[in-house]
Amino acid sequence: MSAITYREALRQALDEALEKDERVFLMGEDVGKYGGTYAVSKGLMEKFGPERVRDTPLSELGFTGAGIGAALGGMRPIVEVMTVNFSLLALDQIVNTAALLRHMSGGQFSVPLVVRMATGAGRQLAAQHSHSFEGWYAHIPGIRIVAPATVEDARGMLGAALADCDPVLVFEYPALFETKGEASGERVDIASSKVRREGSKVTLVTYGGCLPKALKAAEEVDGEVIDLRVLRPLDMAPIVESVKKTRRAVVVDEGWRSGGLAAEVMARLMEEAFYELDAPVARVCSEEVPVPYAKHLEEATLPQVEEIVAAAKGLFG
Amino acid sequence: MKAKAPPPPAGKVKLPAKASLELLADMLRIRRMEEKCAELYGQGKIRGFLHLYIGEEAVAAGTMRVLEPEDNVVATYREHGHALLRGVSMDAIMAEMYGKQEGCSRGRGGSMHLFDAKTRFYGGNAIVGGGLPLAAGLALAAKLQKEKRVTACFFGEGAVAEGAFHESMNLAALWGLPVAYFCENNLYAMGTALERSEAQTDLCAKAASYGMATLKVDGMDVVAVHEAARKAREHAAKKGPIFVEFQTYRFRAHSMFDPELYREKSEVEEWKKRGPIHTFSARLKAQKQLTEERFLELDAAAQAEVEKAVAFAERGTWEPVEHLTKDVYTEVSP
Ligand SMILES: Cc1ncc(C[n+]2csc(CCOP(=O)(O)OP(=O)(O)O)c2C)c(N)n1
Ligand SMILES: [Mg+2]
Repeated sequence: MSAITYREALRQALDEALEKDERVFLMGEDVGKYGGTYAVSKGLMEKFGPERVRDTPLSELGFTGAGIGAALGGMRPIVEVMTVNFSLLALDQIVNTAALLRHMSGGQFSVPLVVRMATGAGRQLAAQHSHSFEGWYAHIPGIRIVAPATVEDARGMLGAALADCDPVLVFEYPALFETKGEASGERVDIASSKVRREGSKVTLVTYGGCLPKALKAAEEVDGEVIDLRVLRPLDMAPIVESVKKTRRAVVVDEGWRSGGLAAEVMARLMEEAFYELDAPVARVCSEEVPVPYAKHLEEATLPQVEEIVAAAKGLFG
Repeated sequence: MKAKAPPPPAGKVKLPAKASLELLADMLRIRRMEEKCAELYGQGKIRGFLHLYIGEEAVAAGTMRVLEPEDNVVATYREHGHALLRGVSMDAIMAEMYGKQEGCSRGRGGSMHLFDAKTRFYGGNAIVGGGLPLAAGLALAAKLQKEKRVTACFFGEGAVAEGAFHESMNLAALWGLPVAYFCENNLYAMGTALERSEAQTDLCAKAASYGMATLKVDGMDVVAVHEAARKAREHAAKKGPIFVEFQTYRFRAHSMFDPELYREKSEVEEWKKRGPIHTFSARLKAQKQLTEERFLELDAAAQAEVEKAVAFAERGTWEPVEHLTKDVYTEVSP
C-alpha cells in the first residue's frame, strides 16, 4: 500500500462508488466541469459523463430536495453541498424531509441519500465561510453524521454511507486534504469511535479537523486520543473505557461551546462515567465569535494545541 | 461551449468631457487597485478568498456615479470596486485586505466583507443570493419611513437560481419597493456557464415574470451602463423595483484558487477585445475628449493612490487579540 492524500482518498471512493453501482450519481455545484471546488471530483465527469456527475445551479435547497426524491425513487444519489456554510440554504430539506420521512411515514419510506460537504475554518476565509455545524446536525434524529479524520476513513466511509438505508451526512475537512496516509480501500464501519493514540494520563476526545491537534497535544501530556468518527449516533463505549484508565478527559471541538457537541460528550460522561473521574471534564472549543479574517484573530478563535495541553494539565490541580 | 462576444462597444460618447473622464478614472482606480491585490496575494499579504472584478469595472463605474449619498448599496464578495467607487477610501479597503484594524471592517471581514456605514455600504455578502432579501428590507424601511433613498443591490447571475432571488423579486414587486437589482451577468458562476444552469437564460424574463420592470444593458460599455443606471434609479425612486441585467465578463479566474478548466483561453481573449477601459478610451480619443497624455496622467494618479493605500495597509496595526470578543453583541444600546 502506498500513501495517498485525504483528497485522493475521497476521489477514489467516489470513483469506486460510481463504478460499482449504476444507481449512484453525484450532483452538486461545480462538481463536474470545474472539477470540484476542492478538486475532489476532478476527472470524474470526463469518466462517467455529465448525467452521473451532474453540475447543478446554485440551488442548495432544490438539488438537496431532488436528491431526497431520487433516493426515494430508487437511486443512490450523492449530493455535494459545496460547504457546510451553504448547507444552511438546504437545511429545511435535510431536517424536515430527509431526517423525518421514515419515522413520519410509519416506516414506509427510507431515504438512502448521502450528502457530502466540506467544513471547518483555518484558512482565513472569514465568518461566512468558516462554520463548523457538525454539532447542529448531530442534534437531529433520523440522520447519521460521519466525520472522516484519517485517510483510511476518507477512503472507506463513503461506501459504508451508500450502503446505509438512511440519510448520511459526510463532513469532509479541507484542513486535512493534504494529509497523507494509507488506505486499504476496504469499507470501514460507520458506527464506532476509535482510539487513535494510546496514553495513560488523560483522554482527549475529538473529531475531524482537530484530530491532528489532539494527537500533537497528547505527546506532551501522555494523552489517549479518541476520534469520534461518527457524531450521530455517538459511540461512547471506547471513551468510557479510556476514562476508566485515565480518569480524566478533555473534549476538543472546533464548534462553538454553548450547546455544542463537546457539551453532549461531557454530559454523557457525567451519565456514564461520573464515578470513574478524578476531575471535572474539560473542553476546548472555538471562541464564541464569528470567525474573523485576520490570521492572528482566527488562530485565537480556534482550538490550538497549547490550549489542549493547558486544559489537560489543568485537570491535575 | 464557447460564449460568443458581441462586437466591442463603439460610437460617439454623448457625455460632457468631464463626466467621461470621471468614469474613465473610476475604472482605472479599480483596475490598478485589483492588479495590486493579485500581486499582494502572491506575496501572501492578502489571504483567504480574493475575487477580482477585472473586466467588469464599467458596471460599478457607470452605476455608482448616479447613486445619491443617501442611497443604500448591497454587494457580494466581488465588491472591491463597488466599495471604492461608493466612496470607501482605498486605504481602508487595502488595510481590510491585509486584515489590519484600520480596515473598513477592522480586519475581521477581509476581501469578501467590506462594510462602511458612512457611505451606506451594507457589504460584502459571500452567500450567493444572500444580499437580495436584505436589499428588499432596506427598501421597505425607506418606503415605510417615507425616505427618498433607493437601494442598489449588486449580484452575479448565478444568484438567479437561488430561492432568495425569486422570493426577493416577488416581495419587491408586490410591495412596490424602491430598489434596483443590478445583476452582473458575467456568464459564469464559478465554473458553471449560464446555459448549463438555467433552462431560461433570459434573465430579464425571469424578473419580468414577477412584474418587475427590466433593462438589458451592455455591461462593457460604461456609457450604456451609466445611462441605464440613471433610468433605473429614477424608476426605483418614482415607480418601484427594477431589474437590470448588465452583460459583462470577468477576465480573471473566479478566485485565486480557480484553475479555469471550464473555459477556453480564446474565449477570454475575445472578451478582452471588449475591455471596458481600452474601448472607452479609444472612443474618447476618437472624439478628441482624451489625449494619450491625459490618459497617462489619470493612470498615474490611480497608481499613486494604490501605492499610498499599500503603504497605509503596511503601516496598519493588528487588532489586539483581547478585542476578539468585542462586538459579538452591541455593547452600548443605541
Ligand atoms: C449559497 C452559496 N452557494 C455556493 C457558494 C460558493 N460560490 C461562491 S461564488 C459562486 C459563484 C457565483 O456566481 P455568480 O453569482 O454568477 O457571481 P460571480 O462570481 O460570477 O460574480 C459560488 C458557487 C456561495 N458562496 N454561496
Ligand atoms: Mg457570474
